[in-house]
Amino acid sequence: MTTLTNANFRSEELTQKLVASIRAITTRPWNIMEICGGQTHAILQYGLDQLLPAGIQLIHGPGCPVCVTSLESIEQALKIARQEDVIFTSFGDMLRVPGAGQDLFSARASGADVRVVYSPMEAVKIAALNSQKKVVFFAVGFETTVPSIAQSVLHAKRNGITNFTILPANVLVPPAMHAILSSPENRVQGFLAAGHVCAVMGYWEYEPIAARYHTPIVVTGFEPVDILNGILMTVQQLEAGMHNVQNAYRRAVTREGNLTAQGIIAQVFEPVDRNWRGIGLIPLSGLGLRPEFQTFDVHEHFELGHETLAESPLCIAGSVLRGVATPHDCPAFGRQCTPGTPLGAPMVSSEGACAAYYRYQRVKA
Amino acid sequence: MTQAGYPEMQGPNCPLPISKREMVVIGHGSGGQLTHELIRDVFQSRLGNPLLNAGNDSALLDLSQALPAGQRLVVSTDAHIVSPLFFPGGDIGRLSVCGTVNDLAMMGAQPRYLTATFIIEEGFLISDLEKIVDSMAAACAEARVQLVAADTKVTEHGKSDGIFISTTGIGWARSTPRIAGDQARPGDAVLVSGPMGNHGIAIAQARGNLGFQSNVVSDTAPLNSLVGQLLAEVPNVHVFRDPTRGGLATTLVEISRQSSVTIELDEKAIPIDPPVRVACELLGLDPLYLANEGKMLVILPAEFAYTALRVLRANPLGNQAAIIGHVTKRPQPQLLLKTTLGTTRVLEMLSGEMLPRIC
Repeated sequence: MTTLTNANFRSEELTQKLVASIRAITTRPWNIMEICGGQTHAILQYGLDQLLPAGIQLIHGPGCPVCVTSLESIEQALKIARQEDVIFTSFGDMLRVPGAGQDLFSARASGADVRVVYSPMEAVKIAALNSQKKVVFFAVGFETTVPSIAQSVLHAKRNGITNFTILPANVLVPPAMHAILSSPENRVQGFLAAGHVCAVMGYWEYEPIAARYHTPIVVTGFEPVDILNGILMTVQQLEAGMHNVQNAYRRAVTREGNLTAQGIIAQVFEPVDRNWRGIGLIPLSGLGLRPEFQTFDVHEHFELGHETLAESPLCIAGSVLRGVATPHDCPAFGRQCTPGTPLGAPMVSSEGACAAYYRYQRVKA
Repeated sequence: MTQAGYPEMQGPNCPLPISKREMVVIGHGSGGQLTHELIRDVFQSRLGNPLLNAGNDSALLDLSQALPAGQRLVVSTDAHIVSPLFFPGGDIGRLSVCGTVNDLAMMGAQPRYLTATFIIEEGFLISDLEKIVDSMAAACAEARVQLVAADTKVTEHGKSDGIFISTTGIGWARSTPRIAGDQARPGDAVLVSGPMGNHGIAIAQARGNLGFQSNVVSDTAPLNSLVGQLLAEVPNVHVFRDPTRGGLATTLVEISRQSSVTIELDEKAIPIDPPVRVACELLGLDPLYLANEGKMLVILPAEFAYTALRVLRANPLGNQAAIIGHVTKRPQPQLLLKTTLGTTRVLEMLSGEMLPRIC
């Protein structure tokens, strides 16, 4: 528990030292993207953006699983959840994400059996206890949630739990970084890589990206001191014209990552093309079940179809997620679109850029 | 056919009607013999007083002596549904008394009488009902209120969820100066009577939602003694409010809007127990938005802040009280938090249900 409450990573003194170092070395403006929604949340929660020199702009990346899960997946989730013999399980955030019309909360209010779980293993337990029901888990999230989802599929297979399936919607970070950096409208000059993702996957995957796009990438944690340290190391590289992958989160991350977790992922999943909400199709950016685990794919059990669905015309979530616009650029922000009545997914999760702005920056203090 | 645990009966037999039941059945809500037994054995035996025991359609309260001149009658009602019904530090019975007692106390009132309605699902264990009524009786004694009227209804199995309890309370409070949410003024200090978020985490844990063990206990408690002691020494209180659902942040946003003022909080000063903080970090919850059932906010002119702090801390219910912020005037009413790093951010109301983050 000591690491969790360790005040060092929130120390005002260390924070001020890091801010002074960043100020001392910054000679011109830089645009740095933090990939992860957890970092966006921490930056705005602690007001770290207020401490940086004016030229350093933090761009909030697409690393919020709730935000980038495609409209099609959410509509499929709703369709499955409304079936009479289904118990639909999901991480809490996903329940409030609007599909084309409803969200899972309203499906639950209309009688669907939708349950919040903290871990996919809970869904497997529910399946074991309700053999007459089909229990479906909404598999969302980045590389961080995948090992436990893979584990739950393996557990179900080993124990012959055949009424458990997943709706696969997991996504991968490196293909999204490629998509951002290769876009003609890209403004990102340096990346804070997501520490928790790297704890699982290591950071060897990022080395070709940094080299190809001449962009520094610094593996960064989630506490104020971690984030400012990541920013400092990124600015140091930018000012020196360097583009290496560096690790500012050594207490959790190694270059190789967690090989056991990677092994479990590779055993159960394989890369597939995936649609990102607001961004579009990114090749090989998602994870689907390998052929030997196909019976755990909910698509094998339900006819779900593939409709093309339209987002609210007011919502500029795609531009926000690519770092091309900020929530303040959106005419609907704080008016038609609020956390209570979200038009787009980034307004839903507290990790979503729009919700984070709404909570912490709606009225400039 | 033999049922497990029962001897096989031979030949025809005529069982006696069951006189002592272990569960609530529809007949308990019929108004007949079973209802009377339930009232006598479960309710009057525990909560009984001459007003309740009179058994009339209404309780007759003689307030001519009780209600002093210049005092006003204060009324509040509150429905209680909670899952699970029993949790560390309380149960729905204690909650249903404290909820209404505290609503009255937050107007500066001393609560006197309560009424209660019980909506019980068929099949509910009488032994659980007895435990709940026992803890209501204990909470009434603690708060020095009398339950003077009650009603019981029974629903078919599946038409409600265990037990719902709705309570209504009356008490009296001074009429001026008024204590209310619209009375916060620039220059006031903001105090809280103890650490935030214990009830919310205790409930999440009792639901089995944490996935780990913690020793957090709900703070459910009647606050009227604390209010009475404080008003006796510091009558100049502008606002009392208990930060229940929506937590500290939502409650203070409400007050900032009602009073058209800005409230500035100092994050470092807000008391939060370490286990609550850790649970929140693990689950991605914010303790400033978690429910409390035995804490209150006090807003009063800054010159009385330290006297108020001393009075609060002298009572076990307020021994971790703290001054957490102050009221200012800004162009638009809002709640600001000065973070531990010295930056400032805006706090909003909780929107919808608080959801744990994915990663």
